[in-house]
Amino acid sequence: MSRKVDISRRDFMTGAFRSRNAALAATGALAWTHVVDSSRGAGDSLRPPGALPEQGFLASCIKCGQCVEACPFDTLKLATAEEQRATGVPYFEPRETPCYMCEDAPCIGACPTDALIEDTPIEDARMGLAVLLDQENCLAFQGLRCEVCYRACPLMGKAIRLELRPQERTGKHAYFLPVVDSASCTGCGKCERACIILESAIKVLPLDVAKGRLGEHYRFGWTEEARISRDFEAPRNAPDVPGWGEAGLRKVLESMDDLSGIEEP
Amino acid sequence: MIQTRRDFIKTTVAASVATSIGISVPAAARAKTEDWQREENWKWDKSVCRFCGVGCGIMVATTAGKIVSVKGDPECPVNRGLNCVKGYFNAKIMYGEDRLTKPLLRMKDGKFDKQGKFAPVSWEKAFDVMEAKFKEYYDEYGPASVSIFGSGQYTIDEGYAATKFMKAGVRSNNIDPNARHCMASAVAGFIQTFGIDEPPGCYDDIELTDAVVLWGANMAECHPILWSRVTDRKLTHKPMKVVNLSTFTNRCSDLSDLEMIFEPQTDLAIMNFIARYMIKKGKVNQAFVDKHCIFATGPEDIGYGLPADHPLEQGQTMRNKAGAHWSISFDEFKKKLEPYTAEYVSKLSGVSVEKLVELAELYSDPKKKIISFWTMGFNQHSRGTWVNEQIYMVHLLGGKMSTPGSGAFSLTGQPSACGTAREVGTFAHRLPSDMIVAKKPHRDKSEKLWKLPENTLNPKVGTHAVKMVRGLRSGEVKFFWAMVTNPFQDFANANEWIKAAREKDNFIVVSDCYPTVSAKVADLVLPVAMIYEKWGAYGNAERRTQHWRQQVKAPGDAKGDLWQILEFSKRFKLKEVWKEQPLPGLKVEGFPDGKLPDVLTEAKAMGYEPEQTLFEVLFATPEMKKYKWPDKIANGHPNDIADDFGWFVHKALWQEYRQFGIGNGHDLADFDTYHHVRGLRWPVVNGKETQWRFREGYDPYVKPGEGFNFYGKALKKIPSGGPKGEKVALAGKAKIFFRPYAEPAESPDKQYDLWLCTGRVLEHWHSGSMTKRVAELNRAVPYAKCYMHPADAKARGLKRHDEVVIESRRGKVKTRIETQGRDRMPEGMIFVPWFDENVLINKLTLDATCPISKETDYKKCAVRVRKA
Repeated sequence: MSRKVDISRRDFMTGAFRSRNAALAATGALAWTHVVDSSRGAGDSLRPPGALPEQGFLASCIKCGQCVEACPFDTLKLATAEEQRATGVPYFEPRETPCYMCEDAPCIGACPTDALIEDTPIEDARMGLAVLLDQENCLAFQGLRCEVCYRACPLMGKAIRLELRPQERTGKHAYFLPVVDSASCTGCGKCERACIILESAIKVLPLDVAKGRLGEHYRFGWTEEARISRDFEAPRNAPDVPGWGEAGLRKVLESMDDLSGIEEP
Repeated sequence: MIQTRRDFIKTTVAASVATSIGISVPAAARAKTEDWQREENWKWDKSVCRFCGVGCGIMVATTAGKIVSVKGDPECPVNRGLNCVKGYFNAKIMYGEDRLTKPLLRMKDGKFDKQGKFAPVSWEKAFDVMEAKFKEYYDEYGPASVSIFGSGQYTIDEGYAATKFMKAGVRSNNIDPNARHCMASAVAGFIQTFGIDEPPGCYDDIELTDAVVLWGANMAECHPILWSRVTDRKLTHKPMKVVNLSTFTNRCSDLSDLEMIFEPQTDLAIMNFIARYMIKKGKVNQAFVDKHCIFATGPEDIGYGLPADHPLEQGQTMRNKAGAHWSISFDEFKKKLEPYTAEYVSKLSGVSVEKLVELAELYSDPKKKIISFWTMGFNQHSRGTWVNEQIYMVHLLGGKMSTPGSGAFSLTGQPSACGTAREVGTFAHRLPSDMIVAKKPHRDKSEKLWKLPENTLNPKVGTHAVKMVRGLRSGEVKFFWAMVTNPFQDFANANEWIKAAREKDNFIVVSDCYPTVSAKVADLVLPVAMIYEKWGAYGNAERRTQHWRQQVKAPGDAKGDLWQILEFSKRFKLKEVWKEQPLPGLKVEGFPDGKLPDVLTEAKAMGYEPEQTLFEVLFATPEMKKYKWPDKIANGHPNDIADDFGWFVHKALWQEYRQFGIGNGHDLADFDTYHHVRGLRWPVVNGKETQWRFREGYDPYVKPGEGFNFYGKALKKIPSGGPKGEKVALAGKAKIFFRPYAEPAESPDKQYDLWLCTGRVLEHWHSGSMTKRVAELNRAVPYAKCYMHPADAKARGLKRHDEVVIESRRGKVKTRIETQGRDRMPEGMIFVPWFDENVLINKLTLDATCPISKETDYKKCAVRVRKA
């Protein structure tokens, strides 16, 4: 889990960080922030509700701390220089304190810039996405009747629902598998907070870390009706595909001469 | 790069709108929406997956002349909206960068030269040279010197046109499909047992059964969507049992209650053990057997389908009459099974007695519904026909055939191995609708439907696929046209045929979409339109025929195979083909020895002129041209071939083709019907499809009171009691064959100490010509590995991923070894998939075939492995 870096990785990264730190000691805090961020790749801190996508958020946040002040649950914190985070920028750690999704979102109201933009209702906030990372230790995935995360979810049944599967091992029970729906999950972290095992099996990840992306050429058939378009227009030409045409033909001829697979090794 | 704040706000809004209506917007779209991504402009149509024989329905979306999206068709009963990972990529297979867009001819100094280099030419030039070479050989050596190697991936109309061109036009039976390597043993098993081809049951059996037994079928990888149905049945139906019989552990073992890893070839013995067990335990369904079956057997010294001078063929007196068979008594049948005791079969197969008994019990339980599935493990087998017949033996003894939830079901590998290769009959011995060239009444019927003079059709069985490439080597086959297939990668003993193609006096034409191994070996390469660039139809493994419309245009000069056949047919005048023709070896009643008669006089009487072309006589006939283009069924969809010829070629061919099957057990619906439904399972009688053939209440050909009627007509009059016995008719009955165990053609020895088995992986399709063009699939499985047992690796000083050379007596390849992962080999055996053109594993395989079906055994030969 990237927010709680394991020791060896942390050592490695801190070491790298220190050497950069020394070299850049004279540069300003903002530039320093960027070095930290790029050295860690995609941002992996969870931001307050309404935050712009990470790069824009870091550019817009003036590190004034007013959102942290406004948070009634002390969920939000400002990153310090010791942390592997952009210094002075607000974030939260759900296992410690999740976001309670205040209806009036005082943190957003307190933001003097557009770093936090109002999302109404608060259910539209996308702070991150809960992911059931460790199915091996998740009790529900072992067939135990836990599902604490499901019931902790403020959008229970929507953001986390239960999928029922036959339990093969006992032959007479069922699995109740928590499944997160990204269309509804706000990333508040109540589930991560509530998970009853020693280290939470479900964790909130920043959206760009959590989400895969379906091939742009594919749609899930059952999400739409299988309607045949009635007003089809016959195409006049073949499509313009990169690589086709004269240059493509030259390449094809070259590949026709490549007999490496046919000849004996 | 940091975007402006306004951009952020804009994209955030778009994203939240999309989310609220339940569509997730791809990340790229958050930044910029390309024209093609505007879904409101996408046009959806139903179609069929390009890949395996399961026959999943898909929906394809087109915009700006390009297929931009696919989804599983939720209305298709086969897959209900699901796809496997290959099906997921249907939209991408046509758009590889190295798509062939122009005819390519080997040239030197502006002229064709077999030693020349490929250069782009016009279609006219391509056909000029193709015609000249065809006629050069045809005029000198006759119809036996020319050939088409076709495909179970031909659309039905393509296969039909190719057959008509070859058989009715140039009077050559030398057309055979790659399905010869795939389904021929299943066909022979069906015809000999039931007298009619293709499975009696259907996929609906899965949801009704209590047990699935896999015999050499890696369904988990090779029929992924059907496997998902089997899995669902296993999870939701408590009595359900799954048995995996294989020569190595594969992904089907995951779900299995019983895994039986047996020594290659010993499936023959295991079958006989089961039959013996059922008889000993009194588990034969006597009433069913008495009423609907007879017992039969055939010769045992039939060889291995190798050339006559091969050592293994010596003394095999029945090698040319391998298919002969005669009826025997139940007592004789029992006596023949006697040696196959549990102890003997256990010793031979390496399977424990307990497991053998458990399997036999499963088949013996009269209350249990059971399906046996098989694919290449049975079919690609030097006794492929026998082992197919043995599974019917087991099912028929128990009365478990053609019954909802019970049956022996032969899966197909290709999308239209059934619909095209088998139903159209693009085989050297076949005519449409299960008819054969050797039978006078079948030729008569075909000549009548095709409006040909009597004795136009050639009565001599043509060269089957393996004989075709052997013919290239011996010089008997001079002209070879491969369509929708990649023969020089897929024939066993490939080095021989590549050499014959390149070095002998012959002309090799390859119609293909990408520069495949076969294209590189060819003399002339013709660029083809791919699946959604043409109209077409496929028939899947459960007899379901599915049609689709053209969606987009093919690139450059690429043209559909159908167009190529019809254009080429314009190059032949009747006087060149329907004159007297030499046919060495012909000796058939009604024909002069060694000759096909001149039929031009009768042709003239029928109104034909000698100067007319085959195009005019076979295709552009007045009847066919009645099917006008445009047609409202197109609904705006293009049809490049109809545009070129001026009439609705596909519909005309379909309507003519379906005449063959009507009233003949192969009834197909009319063309338009298929464009309104998600496929229909033949026979389609009075608008109704058939789920279970031969079964009263389901099959319209079975009369009330009959219960079952195995009404297939072929081979239903056989000698009684022995090979020379009196011929007795057995209409309506199925045959229960006794077939013995036989040694494999080649087994490991001191020199070549390992078995080699070849096959497929889920991610790639056949020779990889399409799936290797999909970057994502290529990343998932970049090359063909050599799967090996860790102990075998250790004994050779090899570690995982080490580069190795694999050698057989016929060739060698280089790849890397894998001792873990999807396929777990027993000691003494390796597995290498055949999709990879850089690991041409078929250089190593042996071209031994089942002597009855002529299908190659790709599962067993001897190799050795050493560090590269």
